[in-house]
Amino acid sequence: MANLKIGSTQIKLLENLCGTLGVSGHEVKVRKLILEELGDLGAEHTVDALGNLLVTRKGTRRGRRLRVMVAAHMDEVGLMVSGDDKDGIYKFEVVGGLSAAQLVGKPVVVGKELIPGVIGFKPIHLTTASERSSGVSLDSLRIDTGGAGNGKVKIGDRAAFAPYFAVLGSGRTRALRAKALDDRIGVASLIELVRNAPENIDLLAAFTTQEEIGVRGAQVAAHAFDPDLAVVLDCSPAHDLPHWDDDEENTRYNTRLGAGPALYVADKGTLSDPRLVRHFTATAGEAGVPFQFRQAGGGGTDASAIHKVRAGIPSISVSVPGRYLHTAASIVRVSDWQNTLRLVHAALSGMNPSLLNTERV
Amino acid sequence: MKNLIQRLVETTGPSGYEQDVRALVRGEIEKHADEIRVDAMGNLIARKGAATTKSATQGKRIMISAHMDEIGVIATHIDKNGFIRFTNLGGVYPRNCVGGRVRFLNGTSGVIGQEKAGAQEAKPLSEMYIDVGATGEKDCPVSIGDVAAFDRPFTDLGDRLVAKAMDDRIGVAVGIETLKGLKKTPHEVYFVFSVQEEVGLRGATTSAYGVDPDIGLAIDVTGSGDTPNGLRMEVGLGKGPAIKVRDGGMLSDPRVIEWMVAAAKKAKLPYQLEILEGGTTDARAIQLARAGVPVGCLSIPCRYVHTPSEMVDYNDVRNGVALLVELLSRPIDLG
Repeated sequence: MANLKIGSTQIKLLENLCGTLGVSGHEVKVRKLILEELGDLGAEHTVDALGNLLVTRKGTRRGRRLRVMVAAHMDEVGLMVSGDDKDGIYKFEVVGGLSAAQLVGKPVVVGKELIPGVIGFKPIHLTTASERSSGVSLDSLRIDTGGAGNGKVKIGDRAAFAPYFAVLGSGRTRALRAKALDDRIGVASLIELVRNAPENIDLLAAFTTQEEIGVRGAQVAAHAFDPDLAVVLDCSPAHDLPHWDDDEENTRYNTRLGAGPALYVADKGTLSDPRLVRHFTATAGEAGVPFQFRQAGGGGTDASAIHKVRAGIPSISVSVPGRYLHTAASIVRVSDWQNTLRLVHAALSGMNPSLLNTERV
Repeated sequence: MKNLIQRLVETTGPSGYEQDVRALVRGEIEKHADEIRVDAMGNLIARKGAATTKSATQGKRIMISAHMDEIGVIATHIDKNGFIRFTNLGGVYPRNCVGGRVRFLNGTSGVIGQEKAGAQEAKPLSEMYIDVGATGEKDCPVSIGDVAAFDRPFTDLGDRLVAKAMDDRIGVAVGIETLKGLKKTPHEVYFVFSVQEEVGLRGATTSAYGVDPDIGLAIDVTGSGDTPNGLRMEVGLGKGPAIKVRDGGMLSDPRVIEWMVAAAKKAKLPYQLEILEGGTTDARAIQLARAGVPVGCLSIPCRYVHTPSEMVDYNDVRNGVALLVELLSRPIDLG
């Protein structure tokens, strides 16, 4: 197995990726950063009409090589400025899966210049008991830049949570806290895979756009690549917390931190190809990498678009488990990230054309 | 044909795991098709009629789709006492679950129960479990990610047949019998036994792209309005196969409806026109493939759809086969 490790270089790269503003539809800065990172490789690349960055690294092994698309989405959930209330205060709409509860009191950055602001809220001194017990509506919230936005912020500008990247703890449970780990951690992993591309396959790396608003970029990226199969790298929610209110077993955690990469069998959008599920679990066994199955249920990844493209593309998703996704600060474990990268690299390195010779069973 | 229907409905094949159904279908049609292949998604595609240039100018390329998958469940967690938590694959409704039995692909049988056992109302699936007789995680023969379907034997009531998975094994049976009965055709007919219909027409989406047909037809079940205080719907069991006009996701091409109605009249076969308010079929996916395809749907009226006891009328089934053979045996002019 390649000695893929998550060290200070990779963590610094992830910090830079998470610190970049890339709300769905405006992924240009993330794309630029990826291109800078991959610049010295001389890999063939194109940027398509939807802004997807498509990088091809052909294998060197002779004979037929599988053409494997590996996708990670560049965009993050965030906000779009929709109205100017004067004095640096702005109305906004949400982009992707966010609700008022995640927004109240959070520092944000607005527009290309990353103008700092905050989603303000009436302080507790001034609220009544009934106000405190009722929910918050999105309509009642504003972004307040304290005047810094005057003349600079325009309607249509994106805003995202302000980055506060941190490495938490050390050893087995060492963790990373950041906004936009969904899916910059997949992007960071895909950059590592392009740098360490296996010789046995043609690696078709798709850094996709607009995943959070309906897996839009991946659909056209898959059509263009027309691959033999696809692997999607994402970050999936972990709700592996104790039940605080009773003694019941937590049966709906989705994924768990520390249990390794989460393999998807079924979510709302995709039934993973069983041949790929078996290939990944067998690879994990051989490589001694722990893994978990993400609990079947709702949600979806770029795979939901990719697998239905053209006459069908066998697909699977593999993700790093992360707590508190789609909030101002998520948490992932370094060990899960490293094990995900190792498993995916080992699985790609073990892919031969015979993988798809049998019918889907 | 009843024997074929029984074998089809008693096979386990939830969405994404149709391999046992596919093997059965392939065994039935192998001798009758001109070419058989399985695509990337697992759709079984059988061609009947020559793919020559000459036939291409006279005949049409037609896709007939019947889905092999049935609704099912998938294990999400094995708890410390050996109870299996699960979620649905396709439209599994809580009210049809408690006390029902399921069978996993590995043969394990289980009973569905729900939390707070005395409750009168059905709980959401997240508060239900499957009891396979295990006492802990270690002795549970089911793992996270394993899939199961309802387990219920086929019952022959004479004209009326009852089983789980009539949706859409009855369509599969009609497809098989049509292929067998179609001795000669001026067309290039692709019988697609599709996958993953119940989770969003996914197999039909990709197979329609691959087949690239001139005309598409789905064969599927539809509801009926002939039960006490039932659906407000004209369709009833035993009144003939239904020619779909619309459903919740598709408007049949008027030229296709006209073609089907004219053929039924000419062959003196009973038929009824179907207007279904909810739901849809593979025909929707075919219609929207590539630059668009004229489509229709032949429906078999069915009571108690998506329960473990779906009921159809055998005469509707046989008349459906007769109508399809009639449709595919003659030249088509959609005008």
